[in-house]
Amino acid sequence: MKPWPLSLIALSLILATPIFVVLSSVFFSAGDIWTHLFETVLARYISNSFALMTGVSIGVLALGVLPAWLVTAYRFPGSKVFEWALLLPLAIPAYIIAYTYTGMLDVAGPLQSNLRDAFGWSYGEYWFPEIRSIGGAIAMLSLVFYPYVYLLARAAFAGQSASVMEAARSLGCSQRSAFFRVALPLARPAIVVGLSICLMETLADYGTVQYFGISTFTTGIYRTWNGLGSTVGAAQLAALLLGFVFILVSIESWSRKQAQFFNTGSNAWPSPAVPLVGGRLFIAYLVCGIPVSLGFVVPLIQLSIWASITSDSIMTADFAGYLFNSLALAAITSAAALILALFIAYGRRLYPTQLSSVAARVLSLGYALPGTVVAIGVLVPFAWLDNQVSAFMVARFDFNTGLLLSGTAFILVFAYLVRFLPIAMNTVDAGLTKIRPSMDEAGRSMGLGPMTILRRLHMPIMRGSLATALLLVFVDVLKELPATLLLRPFNFNTLAIRTYELANEERLADAAGPALTIVLASLIPVILLSRSLERATNVPSVGEKPR
Amino acid sequence: MGIKKIFAYVLSVTVFMVGIVSAAEVNVYSARSEDLIKSALDRFSEETGIEVNLITESADALIRRIELEGFNSPADVLLTVDAGRLFRAKEAGILAPIDSSILRERIPAAYRDPENQWFGLSLRSRVIMFDKSRVSPSEIESYEDLADPKWKGEICIRSSGNIYNQSLLASLIEHVGEEATEAWAVGLVANMARRPQGGDRDQIRAAVAGQCKLAIANTYYLAGMLNSDIAADVEVAEQIGVLWPNQGDRGAHMNVSGAGMIKTSKNPDEARQLIEFLSADYAQQWYAQVNNEYSVRTDIPVSATLQRFGEFKADSLNLEALGRNNAAAVRLADRAGWQ
Repeated sequence: MKPWPLSLIALSLILATPIFVVLSSVFFSAGDIWTHLFETVLARYISNSFALMTGVSIGVLALGVLPAWLVTAYRFPGSKVFEWALLLPLAIPAYIIAYTYTGMLDVAGPLQSNLRDAFGWSYGEYWFPEIRSIGGAIAMLSLVFYPYVYLLARAAFAGQSASVMEAARSLGCSQRSAFFRVALPLARPAIVVGLSICLMETLADYGTVQYFGISTFTTGIYRTWNGLGSTVGAAQLAALLLGFVFILVSIESWSRKQAQFFNTGSNAWPSPAVPLVGGRLFIAYLVCGIPVSLGFVVPLIQLSIWASITSDSIMTADFAGYLFNSLALAAITSAAALILALFIAYGRRLYPTQLSSVAARVLSLGYALPGTVVAIGVLVPFAWLDNQVSAFMVARFDFNTGLLLSGTAFILVFAYLVRFLPIAMNTVDAGLTKIRPSMDEAGRSMGLGPMTILRRLHMPIMRGSLATALLLVFVDVLKELPATLLLRPFNFNTLAIRTYELANEERLADAAGPALTIVLASLIPVILLSRSLERATNVPSVGEKPR
Repeated sequence: MGIKKIFAYVLSVTVFMVGIVSAAEVNVYSARSEDLIKSALDRFSEETGIEVNLITESADALIRRIELEGFNSPADVLLTVDAGRLFRAKEAGILAPIDSSILRERIPAAYRDPENQWFGLSLRSRVIMFDKSRVSPSEIESYEDLADPKWKGEICIRSSGNIYNQSLLASLIEHVGEEATEAWAVGLVANMARRPQGGDRDQIRAAVAGQCKLAIANTYYLAGMLNSDIAADVEVAEQIGVLWPNQGDRGAHMNVSGAGMIKTSKNPDEARQLIEFLSADYAQQWYAQVNNEYSVRTDIPVSATLQRFGEFKADSLNLEALGRNNAAAVRLADRAGWQ
């Protein structure tokens, strides 16, 4: 076998060890845990998880696809602002948005309290939606996850060449029917990728559902471990989850294969935007404004109010350290993820084998695993390796190396990669598959090596996808909590940990300061990304001149 | 540079670094959050010159981490926020006994391991709280009363996934048996005002908002609200009364936050010193001030906020039972439909 596919498979195996650790649990006995789960709670875990996934699917599609179309196909005052503002909810961790909305809308929150005072009602005499419910959880998760769908849908719409839309219009399509009959079907693979990212995030979410008291598969894993005290049972539940996600991922990649579209290259610049006026303009503002205000502005205001109450205790001397740690981890991980994702995606393009595509699919499972499960899956092999090395060194040189990797930032970054590489892989892959294979052939016929083709042909074309991958991983690492908690070195804090510790003590107002900082720190890459996307969409294909 | 040279270089750098960090230190794995332990640890460093390194995380994850790290685990001391997890750490075989007459004298037998593997350091009680405007304290006496149908739709309590509810169930299993406890849990679920959700403070707020009359919560949450910077929290907490359950019989359910020394500790002497420090006057008063907990010792005065809750009779059950019955408690909650 050639070195590239070989190293591809070796890399996949290393990164997939945590997944194998989880899967290996099926060879152990969990006692009568399964009988107990079947008889009591398993049906509820499954049905709640399904309800959550169905609801979030509808939510993210509704919030993500239409605005993406509006900001690419139409021109209206503020459309440029919406273009990047629609990404902002990405910066808010799911459990933080849950805490903020609960603080506002809960039975004891200011809104309901004021209603009761104003109208002299008491509890039970009026109807108000229960925020801590499945519906509430769906709303919260949809509000922070829809940007994945938006981002990918927008990139797909923007990348659709003008000639396709012109052809549609010359055949009598209006802008709207061109959307349903041409643009949407063409963008479907990208939208499905975005949707599958959202669903995996939903499955991995613990903070929100736990706070809302909704028993899902993920809370079940924790309960089986912490409550029933069964490590094996918990790992087996996680393995079952993985099996389910594997099916999901397979469906996703199958659906992408059914609809493979290449840019024709020769006309690959965006179609001109149509100006919007009147009632349609109003609707456009609603469609684009609702996701941004509910997903970002409202929680931001609530967090700011809380943070202003507790500002004295926020800016402690350690705060700069938390910020630095968070940013450093995010920067290192996102760069590493980008390089690995390029390596894997391009390797699969060069050497498309059944094995490498299965390997990629296995790797993508990490994204759906709860962070704690990933963390333990990472710690098991690394601690074992460390202890083997240590035992060997003691026996051979009478010198104990101790734990070389466990408890260092290295395994933290490794765990992040297990968790977030899939998202970079998906994004890079989506960008790469859009480049038609004849481009590679042309490059090769000119005597260029594969690395040169990647660097000089592919990377400039897919700059938008690369920037997207970088940003998504960066922001995800900033928000990441469970793996950081479990694997971090001594005396090492991040903003997410700080936020969580305070929120976990039910001191939401105190948690607002670090939470706000996560949001602000994420804004920088979000804005950078939108700028680079803007430029990327204006870059014509290689060898072409703009009209 | 030959391989041997590189190896020698790496080795000497490593030895040098190990040399730096091995100046008197103690490594703490803590389930108590940093805010609720750090300043006491800093004080310990000031007094003794021993440097303290800290990681915080949930107890179960820390126990697993120590197990996996094995012999080379850097952990010296494990701090948890409930007795059940200390018991679990002992069961996992990661704790070592500490033979300390200081600890034995200071900490009552109920709040430490019979084999000296763990020691309770601060006390909290899980009590019945009521909306003073709608409930008179004479209406309810015990945890058992919570299952009385007269409270239908009037009880707010969080999920049974929460360790404090699991410990309460575990103590009931010990006192009245598993069958009676399950019947009690079924009655409690029937009396719930809403599907369990949120944290302890949310139950207190819901009671004042009128969603329920009774809320089950740990004492320090209410005390924390009374001392809050946020006016609305203080206002809510002022309307809540504390009912100490089972004062006619076994007393109110207690739990501890506590510590144990790790078996593979490389700094056992420092570890012992730290745990002894946490049981000494300064730390015991600090627990009360910072997080409104009760001292495990009888000779430490109760904080002003806690005095407002009045005196009470504490359950003298050895807290080992909370850990022993934990899994049974969760199964029972699953069967009773307590989400």
